[in-house]
Amino acid sequence: MSNVPADLKYTREHEWAKQESGRVRVGITHFAQDQLGDVVFVELPKVGTRVRAHQTFGVVESVKAVSDLFAPVSGEIVEVNAALAQKPETVNQEPYAGGWMLVVAPSDAAEWEQLLTAAQYEQFIAEGGH
Amino acid sequence: MDTSLKRTPLFSAHVKAGARMVPFGGWEMPVQYSGIVEEHRAVRSAVGCFDVSHMGEFEVEGPGARASLQRLTTNDVSALEVGQVQYAVLCHPHGGIVDDLTVYRLAAERYMITVNASNIDKDWAHVTAGAGPDVRWRNVSAATGLIAVQGPRAEALVGRLADVDVTRIGYYRAASGRVAGATTLISRTGYTGEDGFELYVGADDTEALWNALLEAGRADGAVPVGLGARDTLRLEMRYALYGNDIDDTTNPLEAGLGWVVKPAKGDFIGREAIERVRAAGPTRRLVGLELAERAVARHGHPVVKDGTAIGVVTSGSYGPSVDRSIAMAYVASAHAAVGTELGVEIRGQVRGARVVKTPFHPSRVKKG
Repeated sequence: MSNVPADLKYTREHEWAKQESGRVRVGITHFAQDQLGDVVFVELPKVGTRVRAHQTFGVVESVKAVSDLFAPVSGEIVEVNAALAQKPETVNQEPYAGGWMLVVAPSDAAEWEQLLTAAQYEQFIAEGGH
Repeated sequence: MDTSLKRTPLFSAHVKAGARMVPFGGWEMPVQYSGIVEEHRAVRSAVGCFDVSHMGEFEVEGPGARASLQRLTTNDVSALEVGQVQYAVLCHPHGGIVDDLTVYRLAAERYMITVNASNIDKDWAHVTAGAGPDVRWRNVSAATGLIAVQGPRAEALVGRLADVDVTRIGYYRAASGRVAGATTLISRTGYTGEDGFELYVGADDTEALWNALLEAGRADGAVPVGLGARDTLRLEMRYALYGNDIDDTTNPLEAGLGWVVKPAKGDFIGREAIERVRAAGPTRRLVGLELAERAVARHGHPVVKDGTAIGVVTSGSYGPSVDRSIAMAYVASAHAAVGTELGVEIRGQVRGARVVKTPFHPSRVKKG
Protein backbone atom coordinates (compact mmCIF):
# COMPACT_ATOMS: atom_id res chain seq x y z
CA MET A 1 0.00 0.00 0.00
CA SER A 2 2.93 2.33 0.58
CA ASN A 3 3.68 4.70 -2.24
CA VAL A 4 7.39 5.61 -2.16
CA PRO A 5 8.73 6.96 -5.48
CA ALA A 6 12.23 5.63 -6.17
CA ASP A 7 13.62 8.94 -7.47
CA LEU A 8 13.06 10.87 -4.20
CA LYS A 9 14.92 11.01 -0.91
CA TYR A 10 13.24 10.94 2.50
CA THR A 11 13.47 11.96 6.14
CA ARG A 12 12.52 9.98 9.24
CA GLU A 13 9.92 12.69 9.85
CA HIS A 14 8.18 11.66 6.60
CA GLU A 15 9.16 14.48 4.26
CA TRP A 16 10.27 13.79 0.71
CA ALA A 17 12.95 15.76 -1.15
CA LYS A 18 13.48 16.01 -4.87
CA GLN A 19 16.51 17.37 -6.76
CA GLU A 20 15.51 19.92 -9.40
CA SER A 21 18.52 21.48 -11.12
CA GLY A 22 20.36 22.29 -7.95
CA ARG A 23 17.28 23.09 -5.88
CA VAL A 24 15.30 20.83 -3.58
CA ARG A 25 11.54 20.52 -3.66
CA VAL A 26 9.95 19.33 -0.37
CA GLY A 27 6.65 17.79 0.65
CA ILE A 28 5.26 15.08 2.94
CA THR A 29 4.98 11.43 1.97
CA HIS A 30 1.96 9.37 1.09
CA PHE A 31 2.46 7.51 4.37
CA ALA A 32 2.45 10.81 6.30
CA GLN A 33 -0.73 12.15 4.72
CA ASP A 34 -2.47 8.82 5.29
CA GLN A 35 -1.50 8.82 8.97
CA LEU A 36 -2.68 12.42 9.38
CA GLY A 37 -6.00 12.02 7.62
CA ASP A 38 -7.79 14.98 6.04
CA VAL A 39 -5.36 17.90 5.89
CA VAL A 40 -7.17 21.18 6.61
CA PHE A 41 -4.34 23.70 7.10
CA VAL A 42 -0.71 24.04 6.11
CA GLU A 43 1.39 26.75 7.74
CA LEU A 44 4.44 27.58 5.64
CA PRO A 45 7.24 30.14 6.05
CA LYS A 46 7.80 33.04 3.64
CA VAL A 47 10.07 32.98 0.61
CA GLY A 48 13.51 34.17 1.72
CA THR A 49 13.37 32.40 5.10
CA ARG A 50 16.38 30.24 5.91
CA VAL A 51 15.72 26.71 7.07
CA ARG A 52 18.07 24.19 8.68
CA ALA A 53 18.10 20.46 8.14
CA HIS A 54 16.08 18.56 10.79
CA GLN A 55 14.56 21.82 12.11
CA THR A 56 10.87 22.61 11.82
CA PHE A 57 9.78 24.93 9.02
CA GLY A 58 6.02 24.77 9.40
CA VAL A 59 2.99 22.85 10.54
CA VAL A 60 0.41 20.65 8.91
CA GLU A 61 -2.98 20.25 10.58
CA SER A 62 -5.53 17.55 9.95
CA VAL A 63 -8.97 17.38 11.53
CA LYS A 64 -7.57 15.39 14.44
CA ALA A 65 -3.88 16.23 14.65
CA VAL A 66 -1.15 18.86 14.40
CA SER A 67 2.22 17.83 13.03
CA ASP A 68 5.48 19.72 12.60
CA LEU A 69 7.19 19.84 9.23
CA PHE A 70 10.97 19.27 9.14
CA ALA A 71 13.41 20.54 6.54
CA PRO A 72 15.33 17.76 4.78
CA VAL A 73 18.20 20.13 3.94
CA SER A 74 19.47 23.56 4.99
CA GLY A 75 19.14 26.59 2.76
CA GLU A 76 16.99 29.48 1.67
CA ILE A 77 13.35 29.06 0.69
CA VAL A 78 12.90 30.22 -2.89
CA GLU A 79 9.32 29.09 -3.44
CA VAL A 80 6.33 28.09 -1.30
CA ASN A 81 3.15 26.41 -2.48
CA ALA A 82 0.63 29.23 -1.98
CA ALA A 83 -2.16 27.11 -3.49
CA LEU A 84 -2.27 25.00 -0.30
CA ALA A 85 -3.79 27.95 1.59
CA GLN A 86 -7.01 27.48 -0.36
CA LYS A 87 -6.74 23.77 -1.15
CA PRO A 88 -4.90 22.01 1.69
CA GLU A 89 -6.58 18.74 0.70
CA THR A 90 -4.17 18.60 -2.25
CA VAL A 91 -1.64 17.24 0.26
CA ASN A 92 -3.86 14.16 0.62
CA GLN A 93 -4.76 13.89 -3.03
CA GLU A 94 -1.31 14.39 -4.57
CA PRO A 95 1.37 14.31 -1.86
CA TYR A 96 4.21 14.03 -4.41
CA ALA A 97 2.82 16.46 -6.99
CA GLY A 98 0.41 19.35 -6.31
CA GLY A 99 0.85 18.86 -2.57
CA TRP A 100 4.50 20.01 -2.53
CA MET A 101 5.30 22.63 0.11
CA LEU A 102 8.67 24.31 -0.44
CA VAL A 103 11.56 24.73 -2.82
CA VAL A 104 14.89 25.26 -1.05
CA ALA A 105 18.18 26.55 -2.49
CA PRO A 106 20.47 24.24 -0.49
CA SER A 107 23.50 25.63 1.30
CA ASP A 108 25.22 22.32 2.05
CA ALA A 109 25.30 19.73 -0.72
CA ALA A 110 26.61 17.06 1.66
CA GLU A 111 23.25 16.95 3.48
CA TRP A 112 21.58 15.37 0.47
CA GLU A 113 23.66 12.24 0.92
CA GLN A 114 22.44 11.86 4.51
CA LEU A 115 18.78 11.56 3.49
CA LEU A 116 17.11 8.16 3.31
CA THR A 117 16.86 6.44 -0.05
CA ALA A 118 13.45 5.12 -1.16
CA ALA A 119 14.50 1.61 -0.12
CA GLN A 120 15.62 2.82 3.31
CA TYR A 121 12.43 4.81 3.81
CA GLU A 122 10.27 1.84 2.80
CA GLN A 123 12.11 -0.26 5.35
CA PHE A 124 11.60 2.50 7.94
CA ILE A 125 7.83 2.65 7.47
CA ALA A 126 7.57 -1.13 7.28
CA GLU A 127 8.98 -1.07 10.82
CA GLY A 128 6.26 1.35 11.93
CA GLY A 129 7.64 4.69 10.81
CA HIS A 130 8.78 6.10 14.14
CA MET B 1 -2.88 -2.35 21.30
CA ASP B 2 -3.54 -1.65 24.95
CA THR B 3 -5.47 -4.64 26.25
CA SER B 4 -6.87 -2.73 29.22
CA LEU B 5 -9.14 -0.86 26.78
CA LYS B 6 -12.75 -1.98 26.61
CA ARG B 7 -14.31 -3.07 23.34
CA THR B 8 -17.87 -2.78 22.04
CA PRO B 9 -19.74 -5.71 20.44
CA LEU B 10 -18.74 -4.21 17.05
CA PHE B 11 -14.99 -4.26 17.62
CA SER B 12 -14.23 -7.03 15.13
CA ALA B 13 -16.63 -5.54 12.57
CA HIS B 14 -14.67 -2.26 12.73
CA VAL B 15 -11.33 -3.99 12.35
CA LYS B 16 -12.65 -6.05 9.42
CA ALA B 17 -13.92 -2.84 7.76
CA GLY B 18 -10.43 -1.33 8.02
CA ALA B 19 -11.29 1.28 10.64
CA ARG B 20 -8.49 3.13 12.39
CA MET B 21 -8.93 2.21 16.06
CA VAL B 22 -7.93 4.63 18.83
CA PRO B 23 -8.26 4.80 22.61
CA PHE B 24 -11.19 7.00 23.64
CA GLY B 25 -12.33 7.37 27.24
CA GLY B 26 -11.06 3.90 28.14
CA TRP B 27 -12.48 2.28 24.99
CA GLU B 28 -10.89 1.12 21.77
CA MET B 29 -13.06 2.88 19.19
CA PRO B 30 -13.03 3.59 15.44
CA VAL B 31 -11.93 7.18 14.76
CA GLN B 32 -12.43 6.85 11.02
CA TYR B 33 -13.09 4.39 8.20
CA SER B 34 -12.68 6.12 4.81
CA GLY B 35 -11.81 9.56 6.21
CA ILE B 36 -13.36 12.07 8.58
CA VAL B 37 -14.45 14.63 5.97
CA GLU B 38 -15.94 12.02 3.63
CA GLU B 39 -17.86 10.39 6.49
CA HIS B 40 -19.06 13.79 7.71
CA ARG B 41 -20.40 14.63 4.26
CA ALA B 42 -22.13 11.23 3.96
CA VAL B 43 -24.11 11.99 7.13
CA ARG B 44 -25.13 15.46 5.92
CA SER B 45 -26.12 14.22 2.45
CA ALA B 46 -27.21 10.57 2.89
CA VAL B 47 -26.91 8.43 6.02
CA GLY B 48 -24.20 7.19 8.36
CA CYS B 49 -24.10 4.50 11.05
CA PHE B 50 -22.17 5.12 14.27
CA ASP B 51 -21.17 2.61 16.91
CA VAL B 52 -21.90 4.35 20.20
CA SER B 53 -22.21 1.17 22.23
CA HIS B 54 -19.57 2.48 24.60
CA MET B 55 -22.13 4.85 26.10
CA GLY B 56 -23.65 3.86 29.42
CA GLU B 57 -27.27 2.97 30.14
CA PHE B 58 -28.79 2.81 33.62
CA GLU B 59 -32.37 1.79 34.32
CA VAL B 60 -34.24 3.00 37.35
CA GLU B 61 -37.62 1.74 38.40
CA GLY B 62 -40.02 1.78 41.30
CA PRO B 63 -42.50 4.12 42.93
CA GLY B 64 -39.65 6.51 43.79
CA ALA B 65 -38.04 6.54 40.31
CA ARG B 66 -39.46 9.86 39.24
CA ALA B 67 -38.63 11.62 42.51
CA SER B 68 -35.13 10.18 42.38
CA LEU B 69 -34.55 11.56 38.87
CA GLN B 70 -36.10 14.90 39.82
CA ARG B 71 -33.53 15.21 42.60
CA LEU B 72 -30.64 14.17 40.30
CA THR B 73 -31.25 15.97 37.01
CA THR B 74 -31.75 19.66 36.30
CA ASN B 75 -34.64 19.17 33.89
CA ASP B 76 -38.28 18.50 34.83
CA VAL B 77 -38.80 14.75 34.59
CA SER B 78 -42.47 15.12 35.55
CA ALA B 79 -43.06 16.60 32.08
CA LEU B 80 -42.12 13.28 30.43
CA GLU B 81 -44.82 11.07 28.98
CA VAL B 82 -44.16 7.36 28.52
CA GLY B 83 -42.11 7.08 25.31
CA GLN B 84 -40.67 10.56 25.62
CA VAL B 85 -36.99 11.50 25.90
CA GLN B 86 -35.39 14.49 27.62
CA TYR B 87 -31.92 16.01 27.58
CA ALA B 88 -30.58 17.08 30.99
CA VAL B 89 -27.48 17.39 33.10
CA LEU B 90 -26.50 15.96 36.49
CA CYS B 91 -24.85 18.49 38.76
CA HIS B 92 -22.73 18.54 41.86
CA PRO B 93 -23.98 20.54 44.86
CA HIS B 94 -21.54 23.29 43.75
CA GLY B 95 -23.27 23.48 40.36
CA GLY B 96 -20.51 21.83 38.28
CA ILE B 97 -21.67 19.26 35.75
CA VAL B 98 -21.25 15.58 36.65
CA ASP B 99 -22.45 14.53 33.18
CA ASP B 100 -24.94 15.32 30.45
CA LEU B 101 -27.48 12.66 29.59
CA THR B 102 -30.78 11.72 28.03
CA VAL B 103 -33.66 10.48 30.17
CA TYR B 104 -36.15 7.98 28.71
CA ARG B 105 -39.49 7.28 30.31
CA LEU B 106 -39.99 3.63 29.37
CA ALA B 107 -43.10 2.95 31.52
CA ALA B 108 -45.06 4.69 34.25
CA GLU B 109 -42.46 3.93 36.92
CA ARG B 110 -39.49 2.87 34.78
CA TYR B 111 -36.86 5.13 33.23
CA MET B 112 -33.53 4.74 31.46
CA ILE B 113 -30.71 7.26 31.38
CA THR B 114 -27.95 7.27 28.78
CA VAL B 115 -24.62 8.67 29.97
CA ASN B 116 -21.16 9.28 28.56
CA ALA B 117 -18.84 6.27 28.35
CA SER B 118 -15.99 7.91 30.23
CA ASN B 119 -18.33 8.82 33.11
CA ILE B 120 -20.08 5.50 33.70
CA ASP B 121 -18.39 4.73 37.03
CA LYS B 122 -18.61 8.31 38.31
CA ASP B 123 -22.29 8.56 37.30
CA TRP B 124 -23.17 5.22 38.84
CA ALA B 125 -21.72 6.33 42.19
CA HIS B 126 -23.52 9.68 41.86
CA VAL B 127 -27.00 8.35 41.02
CA THR B 128 -27.00 5.48 43.50
CA ALA B 129 -25.70 7.55 46.44
CA GLY B 130 -28.59 8.04 48.80
CA ALA B 131 -31.04 6.08 46.64
CA GLY B 132 -34.02 5.06 48.79
CA PRO B 133 -35.69 1.63 49.09
CA ASP B 134 -38.45 2.64 46.68
CA VAL B 135 -36.14 2.68 43.61
CA ARG B 136 -33.98 0.05 41.98
CA TRP B 137 -31.04 1.12 39.79
CA ARG B 138 -29.54 -1.28 37.26
CA ASN B 139 -26.43 -0.66 35.18
CA VAL B 140 -27.29 -2.27 31.84
CA SER B 141 -24.39 -0.72 29.92
CA ALA B 142 -22.51 -3.93 29.15
CA ALA B 143 -25.66 -5.71 27.96
CA THR B 144 -26.70 -2.85 25.68
CA GLY B 145 -25.45 -2.03 22.19
CA LEU B 146 -26.18 1.36 20.65
CA ILE B 147 -26.09 2.29 16.97
CA ALA B 148 -26.84 5.82 15.76
CA VAL B 149 -28.29 6.07 12.24
CA GLN B 150 -28.12 9.70 11.17
CA GLY B 151 -28.77 11.65 8.00
CA PRO B 152 -31.56 12.64 5.61
CA ARG B 153 -32.01 9.01 4.50
CA ALA B 154 -32.00 7.55 8.02
CA GLU B 155 -35.80 7.42 8.26
CA ALA B 156 -36.12 5.53 4.99
CA LEU B 157 -33.37 3.09 5.95
CA VAL B 158 -34.57 2.31 9.49
CA GLY B 159 -38.17 2.30 8.25
CA ARG B 160 -37.40 -0.42 5.73
CA LEU B 161 -35.97 -2.72 8.41
CA ALA B 162 -38.42 -1.96 11.23
CA ASP B 163 -41.72 -3.69 12.00
CA VAL B 164 -43.19 -0.43 13.35
CA ASP B 165 -43.98 2.79 11.50
CA VAL B 166 -40.96 4.88 12.41
CA THR B 167 -42.39 7.97 10.70
CA ARG B 168 -44.74 8.17 13.70
CA ILE B 169 -41.88 8.45 16.19
CA GLY B 170 -41.46 12.17 16.84
CA TYR B 171 -38.29 14.05 17.78
CA TYR B 172 -37.13 13.06 21.26
CA ARG B 173 -39.59 10.17 21.32
CA ALA B 174 -38.79 6.48 21.42
CA ALA B 175 -40.72 3.29 20.62
CA SER B 176 -40.02 -0.42 20.92
CA GLY B 177 -39.95 -2.55 17.81
CA ARG B 178 -37.98 -5.07 15.86
CA VAL B 179 -35.34 -3.79 13.50
CA ALA B 180 -33.88 -6.43 11.19
CA GLY B 181 -35.41 -8.95 13.59
CA ALA B 182 -33.72 -7.59 16.71
CA THR B 183 -35.69 -6.18 19.64
CA THR B 184 -34.78 -2.50 19.60
CA LEU B 185 -35.62 0.72 21.36
CA ILE B 186 -35.94 3.12 18.42
CA SER B 187 -35.17 6.62 19.61
CA ARG B 188 -35.48 9.69 17.39
CA THR B 189 -32.44 11.41 18.84
CA GLY B 190 -28.88 12.05 17.79
CA TYR B 191 -25.75 14.13 17.99
CA THR B 192 -25.30 15.34 14.42
CA GLY B 193 -28.00 17.93 13.69
CA GLU B 194 -29.50 15.62 11.08
CA ASP B 195 -32.71 13.63 11.32
CA GLY B 196 -32.13 10.12 12.53
CA PHE B 197 -32.36 7.48 15.19
CA GLU B 198 -30.40 5.90 17.98
CA LEU B 199 -31.09 2.19 18.19
CA TYR B 200 -30.68 0.47 21.56
CA VAL B 201 -30.27 -3.25 21.06
CA GLY B 202 -29.00 -6.23 23.06
CA ALA B 203 -25.23 -6.61 22.94
CA ASP B 204 -25.58 -10.02 21.26
CA ASP B 205 -27.74 -8.60 18.47
CA THR B 206 -25.65 -5.50 17.81
CA GLU B 207 -23.37 -6.88 15.10
CA ALA B 208 -26.24 -8.45 13.12
CA LEU B 209 -28.15 -5.14 13.25
CA TRP B 210 -25.04 -3.17 12.23
CA ASN B 211 -24.47 -5.43 9.22
CA ALA B 212 -28.15 -5.32 8.25
CA LEU B 213 -28.18 -1.51 8.32
CA LEU B 214 -25.06 -1.15 6.18
CA GLU B 215 -26.26 -3.85 3.77
CA ALA B 216 -29.80 -2.48 3.40
CA GLY B 217 -28.44 1.08 3.25
CA ARG B 218 -25.94 0.48 0.48
CA ALA B 219 -28.27 1.98 -2.14
CA ASP B 220 -28.86 4.99 0.12
CA GLY B 221 -25.13 5.61 0.39
CA ALA B 222 -24.97 4.39 4.00
CA VAL B 223 -21.46 4.27 5.43
CA PRO B 224 -19.96 3.51 8.83
CA VAL B 225 -18.87 6.71 10.59
CA GLY B 226 -16.18 7.02 13.23
CA LEU B 227 -15.72 9.23 16.26
CA GLY B 228 -13.78 11.79 14.19
CA ALA B 229 -16.80 12.75 12.10
CA ARG B 230 -19.08 12.39 15.11
CA ASP B 231 -17.01 15.18 16.65
CA THR B 232 -17.06 17.51 13.60
CA LEU B 233 -20.81 16.95 13.13
CA ARG B 234 -21.64 17.78 16.74
CA LEU B 235 -19.27 20.76 16.74
CA GLU B 236 -21.07 22.32 13.76
CA MET B 237 -24.26 22.06 15.89
CA ARG B 238 -22.48 23.50 18.93
CA TYR B 239 -23.50 20.43 20.93
CA ALA B 240 -21.38 20.21 24.06
CA LEU B 241 -18.97 17.31 24.47
CA TYR B 242 -18.39 16.26 28.06
CA GLY B 243 -14.72 16.54 29.00
CA ASN B 244 -14.13 19.22 26.35
CA ASP B 245 -16.83 21.89 26.67
CA ILE B 246 -18.45 20.90 29.94
CA ASP B 247 -17.04 19.16 33.01
CA ASP B 248 -17.10 19.09 36.80
CA THR B 249 -15.90 22.72 36.92
CA THR B 250 -18.39 24.28 34.48
CA ASN B 251 -21.96 25.15 35.38
CA PRO B 252 -24.91 24.67 33.01
CA LEU B 253 -25.72 28.38 32.74
CA GLU B 254 -22.29 29.42 31.46
CA ALA B 255 -22.37 26.41 29.12
CA GLY B 256 -25.59 27.70 27.52
CA LEU B 257 -27.60 24.84 28.97
CA GLY B 258 -29.96 27.02 30.98
CA TRP B 259 -32.81 25.61 28.88
CA VAL B 260 -32.48 22.26 30.68
CA VAL B 261 -32.41 23.83 34.16
CA LYS B 262 -35.91 24.00 35.65
CA PRO B 263 -35.73 25.44 39.17
CA ALA B 264 -39.53 25.78 39.28
CA LYS B 265 -39.83 21.97 39.52
CA GLY B 266 -38.50 22.00 43.09
CA ASP B 267 -35.21 21.04 44.67
CA PHE B 268 -32.44 19.18 42.85
CA ILE B 269 -28.72 18.70 43.45
CA GLY B 270 -26.95 21.92 42.51
CA ARG B 271 -30.05 24.11 42.39
CA GLU B 272 -28.92 26.59 45.01
CA ALA B 273 -25.49 27.10 43.44
CA ILE B 274 -26.96 27.43 39.95
CA GLU B 275 -29.56 29.95 41.14
CA ARG B 276 -26.77 32.03 42.68
CA VAL B 277 -25.03 32.04 39.28
CA ARG B 278 -28.30 33.01 37.62
CA ALA B 279 -28.82 35.92 40.02
CA ALA B 280 -25.30 37.29 39.56
CA GLY B 281 -25.06 36.39 35.87
CA PRO B 282 -22.43 33.92 34.60
CA THR B 283 -18.92 35.41 34.57
CA ARG B 284 -18.06 33.55 31.36
CA ARG B 285 -20.03 32.08 28.50
CA LEU B 286 -19.53 29.26 26.03
CA VAL B 287 -19.63 30.90 22.60
CA GLY B 288 -19.15 29.88 18.99
CA LEU B 289 -16.10 31.29 17.22
CA GLU B 290 -15.40 31.49 13.53
CA LEU B 291 -11.73 31.93 12.64
CA ALA B 292 -10.59 34.32 9.95
CA GLU B 293 -8.06 31.76 8.69
CA ARG B 294 -7.94 28.01 8.35
CA ALA B 295 -5.63 27.38 11.29
CA VAL B 296 -7.42 25.15 13.79
CA ALA B 297 -8.21 26.41 17.30
CA ARG B 298 -7.93 23.47 19.66
CA HIS B 299 -8.87 22.63 23.25
CA GLY B 300 -6.80 24.77 25.62
CA HIS B 301 -5.75 27.51 23.19
CA PRO B 302 -6.09 30.96 24.82
CA VAL B 303 -8.71 33.42 23.56
CA VAL B 304 -7.43 37.01 23.62
CA LYS B 305 -8.77 40.53 23.28
CA ASP B 306 -6.28 43.38 22.74
CA GLY B 307 -3.42 41.23 23.96
CA THR B 308 -5.14 40.05 27.15
CA ALA B 309 -6.34 36.49 27.72
CA ILE B 310 -10.13 36.58 28.22
CA GLY B 311 -11.00 32.94 27.63
CA VAL B 312 -10.05 29.48 26.43
CA VAL B 313 -10.99 27.24 23.50
CA THR B 314 -12.84 24.07 24.52
CA SER B 315 -13.36 22.44 21.09
CA GLY B 316 -12.28 23.36 17.60
CA SER B 317 -11.93 21.90 14.16
CA TYR B 318 -12.28 22.47 10.50
CA GLY B 319 -16.05 22.25 9.92
CA PRO B 320 -16.52 20.32 6.67
CA SER B 321 -20.07 21.60 6.04
CA VAL B 322 -19.28 25.24 6.84
CA ASP B 323 -15.86 24.94 5.14
CA ARG B 324 -14.05 26.99 7.74
CA SER B 325 -12.27 26.74 11.02
CA ILE B 326 -14.75 26.90 13.92
CA ALA B 327 -14.48 26.56 17.67
CA MET B 328 -16.30 26.70 20.98
CA ALA B 329 -14.72 28.71 23.78
CA TYR B 330 -15.45 30.08 27.22
CA VAL B 331 -14.98 33.85 27.11
CA ALA B 332 -15.56 36.52 29.75
CA SER B 333 -19.22 37.58 29.55
CA ALA B 334 -18.26 41.12 28.48
CA HIS B 335 -16.85 39.69 25.24
CA ALA B 336 -19.53 37.10 24.51
CA ALA B 337 -21.85 39.11 22.24
CA VAL B 338 -22.31 37.88 18.67
CA GLY B 339 -20.10 39.92 16.38
CA THR B 340 -17.34 40.56 18.93
CA GLU B 341 -13.88 40.42 17.31
CA LEU B 342 -11.45 38.33 19.34
CA GLY B 343 -8.26 36.38 18.72
CA VAL B 344 -7.15 32.81 19.35
CA GLU B 345 -3.51 32.20 20.19
CA ILE B 346 -2.37 29.24 18.13
CA ARG B 347 1.28 28.19 18.54
CA GLY B 348 2.19 31.65 19.82
CA GLN B 349 0.49 33.52 17.01
CA VAL B 350 -2.84 35.35 17.41
CA ARG B 351 -5.37 34.54 14.69
CA GLY B 352 -8.53 36.57 14.21
CA ALA B 353 -11.80 35.05 15.46
CA ARG B 354 -15.32 36.40 15.70
CA VAL B 355 -18.15 35.40 18.03
CA VAL B 356 -20.91 34.03 15.79
CA LYS B 357 -24.45 32.73 16.12
CA THR B 358 -24.75 29.00 16.58
CA PRO B 359 -25.39 26.39 15.36
CA PHE B 360 -22.67 26.99 12.79
CA HIS B 361 -24.62 24.85 10.32
CA PRO B 362 -28.45 24.79 10.22
CA SER B 363 -30.00 21.95 12.21
CA ARG B 364 -32.25 19.59 10.28
CA VAL B 365 -33.55 17.53 13.17
CA LYS B 366 -37.20 16.66 12.80
CA LYS B 367 -38.82 18.89 15.41
CA GLY B 368 -42.48 18.59 16.36
